[in-house]
This record gives sequence, structure tokens and C-alpha cells, in this order.
Amino acid sequence: MASKSADKRFTKDHEWVLLDGDIATVGITDYAQEQLGDLVHIELPELERAVTEGEACAVAESVKAASDVYSPLAGKIVEINETIVEDPSIVNSDAEGEGWFFRLELDDPESFEALLDQDGYDELLETL
Amino acid sequence: MAQNALPDDPTPVPLLKTPLDSWHRRHGARMVPFAGYAMPVLYDLTGALGARCRGGVMAEHLHTRKAAGLFDVSHMGQAFLTGTGVADALERLVPGDIAGLKPWRQRYTLLTNEAGGIIDDLMVARLADDRLFVVVNASRKEVDFTHLAANLPDGIAIGVLEGRGLLALQGPQAASVIARLAPAAAKLPFMGFGAVDIGGIGCFVSRSGYTGEDGFEISVPGSSTEALADLLVAQPEVVPIGLGARDSLRLEAGLCLYGNDLDELTSPVEAALTWVIGKRRKLSWDFPGGLLMRDQLDNGTTRHRVGIQPDGRTPARAQTTIVADDGTEAGIVTSGGFGPSVNGPIAIGYVRKDLAHDGARLNLIVRGKTLPATVVPLPFVPHRYHR
Repeated sequence: MASKSADKRFTKDHEWVLLDGDIATVGITDYAQEQLGDLVHIELPELERAVTEGEACAVAESVKAASDVYSPLAGKIVEINETIVEDPSIVNSDAEGEGWFFRLELDDPESFEALLDQDGYDELLETL
Repeated sequence: MAQNALPDDPTPVPLLKTPLDSWHRRHGARMVPFAGYAMPVLYDLTGALGARCRGGVMAEHLHTRKAAGLFDVSHMGQAFLTGTGVADALERLVPGDIAGLKPWRQRYTLLTNEAGGIIDDLMVARLADDRLFVVVNASRKEVDFTHLAANLPDGIAIGVLEGRGLLALQGPQAASVIARLAPAAAKLPFMGFGAVDIGGIGCFVSRSGYTGEDGFEISVPGSSTEALADLLVAQPEVVPIGLGARDSLRLEAGLCLYGNDLDELTSPVEAALTWVIGKRRKLSWDFPGGLLMRDQLDNGTTRHRVGIQPDGRTPARAQTTIVADDGTEAGIVTSGGFGPSVNGPIAIGYVRKDLAHDGARLNLIVRGKTLPATVVPLPFVPHRYHR
């Protein structure tokens, strides 16, 4: 279990990142979905799109507002989760599982290490 | 529109509180700043209320359309206008027929300026020959009361009711709730107004609202607002509803939000509110901007407020640019989002005259993409007022 959770990292913008080889799965955290409220529309990036760290590349819309989702690291979009486009409520019910947004082939897998770990993210949440 | 303090403003103004501030917090509200007040945007409902509705904008919206929702709108401005000839005096400032308003009836009207723009939209109720009761938007209180003080004659007193509560009970089951607690109020017709006891609390009740549903707005002394809210949510149909669902409900009902859809540069004719101009008032057009409005009715306006239905699932928010099929600029979205009862994106906007008809095709520019949309009749969800 310890090694499993060590593979999950976070950004200060409330994305989570799970690394498998050089492929990173990205979504928004449970905290983020709760803040956004009932999601009604999701936009995902195009496949093969090259994204830089911190680049807005997806959108999560609630009844009230649209929020950007940022790429946590530089890389290329290799897979997107069409299921959440069909049913955005999946992101509300399982943000850090079935509600993932996209998969990214990292330019530099080492860059993953610079993201917040669970403790670092928990500390961030305590300041909010 | 609310002026936000700059982030580095060293002395931010503390938010004002409605009489229900701590009540909201006890009921799981997420509080946000709105028009200078701390207001509930949504609730995380638990216990008996959570069993009726889990809370959140979507669930609160749908609960209101199905049963009954309680809204705290105490941030709005309430005032008595008192003095001999008060109705005639107010008519100098609004296009509505106020002199013809019968006692214990209410009317929606507008404060207009000499350029034909809208200073605010408001409700006016007649209590007696020499007494009116008005409810104005929270964000326009200061502007409105200053304008009234400057323009009403000396004999008319403006008694602003600071700290008074205003609760709205809205939804198809609102009438059965009120019938249980205050049978006299349940007999009010749409836009009727009465002085009624609810649970021993002396209130002013009007049959009106901002959701398109049947419902009541209840003006209550500040010190009794919590007790009234407790009594209302003790009824099995009722849960508290935040500003988030208030906005999606009014958008589906095609109702204007001042600051978004109406402002001092927009005339009632452009805003498709020509119906507020009283029949008798159209004989003399003797209200601010009246002659300009007559000219606009005779010769048309360059833009018109319409309903807009995007083709896809992407909501177009306020300030979204609208272009015609030939690429020319066509207008702007002034309110837009997702309609939970419509189950899709909806918007209100202003489009140029040649496109202001049902079925006209528009394109919305959202995040650099061009999204097709259609002009549709308002409201998006039929009104269910008690006529």
C-alpha cells in the first residue's frame, strides 16, 4: 500500500496525478469536485495535443461556473475519458477513480517527483 | 453591480449579515459574498432536511420545481413610501400604472432615467391611498433610495426598513404549506398582497417570486426571521435553497437579473419589458425616458433581449460574444448557464434586430470555439403562477 499511494501526487490547483511508467493519469481531487458542485459539462483536450506544465487543457462546468483544469506536467495527451463527457456526475461520485480526465505521456517522468505528495496536499487543504 | 474590493485593499469592508446568517451556517450553507452581504450559495443538507434534498445547486433547483424551497432574500431593500398622493408621485419615476394599483395588490415596475435606461426593477405594493411598500435589488438599494429621495416631492417620506427579513417560499407545494400555516395568505391571487400572521408573527405576504413557480414572498421583522424560517422548514415539503439555484430557476423562467440583463444603458423596449408600461401611461408618456421609449416602439430598436438555446451541451456564460452566420457581430449573452429542469444549456442575451426572432441561428464564441445556437421563446420552463 505504501508504494501504491507514493505513486499518487497532487498540484496546488487540485489535480491528482497517478504515474505508471511514463504515463500519468490526471483528474481533479475530491476536494475540487466538492467545491465545484454538481458538474454538468466536461471538455477534454484533443488526443496527441502537446501540453506544457500548468496549461489549461480541460474544462469542468457546474451549474454556476466553468473552471479550467490544468495539465500538471509537460507531455502529450494519449488518452481521454469520454465516459465523463457523457456523464459528468461520475466526477462528483468518484473524482479520484472512475472520474479521471486524461492520460499524459510525460516529457520527463522525473518531473513527477516535484509534485505534492499526499502529506503536502493535505497540508495545503488545511490552509484553505 | 457589486463593486469588488481590490485584492490588496488594506481595509476590506466586512460583509453585511442577513437576520438568518447564523441559521444558514447551522444548516450547512456555503456562504459567499453577494451585493455586500454574506449569502448562502448552496447547502449541504443533513438530518431531516437532508432526507428531503441532499442540497447542492442541482438538487435544490429540482426540489423547488417539485415541492417547495425557502429562499433568504433579506439582502433586498424594503421600504415604505408614505404621504398624500404617493402613487401619483411615484408615477413620475416609473412607467407602470401605480395610481391604478388597487389596495393590497402588487406590481412589477422599473425606475427609469431620462435616457430611457433602467435604474432598477422593483416590486410596488399598495397598502393604502397614502402608503406603498417597495422591494428593490440588494445591489441597487443605495442608488434607488438616493434617487427616490432626490425625486419624490417633499411630502413623501421614504421609510427604509433596515434589518427586516424577507423570505421567499417557492414551488408547486408552497400554497399547501402556507394554507396550513396562514389560510388567509393561501387565498391571495397572483400579485396579491396581505398583512398576515404566520405562526403568531405579523408579516406582509405577497403571492409572487423569482422562480416561475407559484409562491410567496414574506416580509418579516428581523427578530422573528429565524423563527419563521424554522417554522417553514419544519414543514415536510420545504428545504432551504441557495443563491445558486435561485439564479438557475430565474434563468429558466426567463426573468431578468439587474446588472446582467438590465442596466442604465438598456431600455425596457430593448429588454422586452414593454408590458410594464401601463396602458394609461402610453397616452402621455410622462415618465423618465418615456418619449424615447415611444420612439423605440414606433421605429424599432437596434437590439432586443431574447432566449438562446445552444445546440450542444456547452453552457455559454454572461459576456459570451454572439456572431451571425456571416461572421458579423450579432450581440452578447447577458445571463447563461445550465438549466437543471431543461437539462441543458440556456441563455438570455441581446441580439441585433434582424436576428431577434424565434428560430434565428446564432453562433456563440466560447473559449475560442464557435458553438451554434438558436433564438427561442422565453421562458424556457413554463410559468406556473396562481392565476
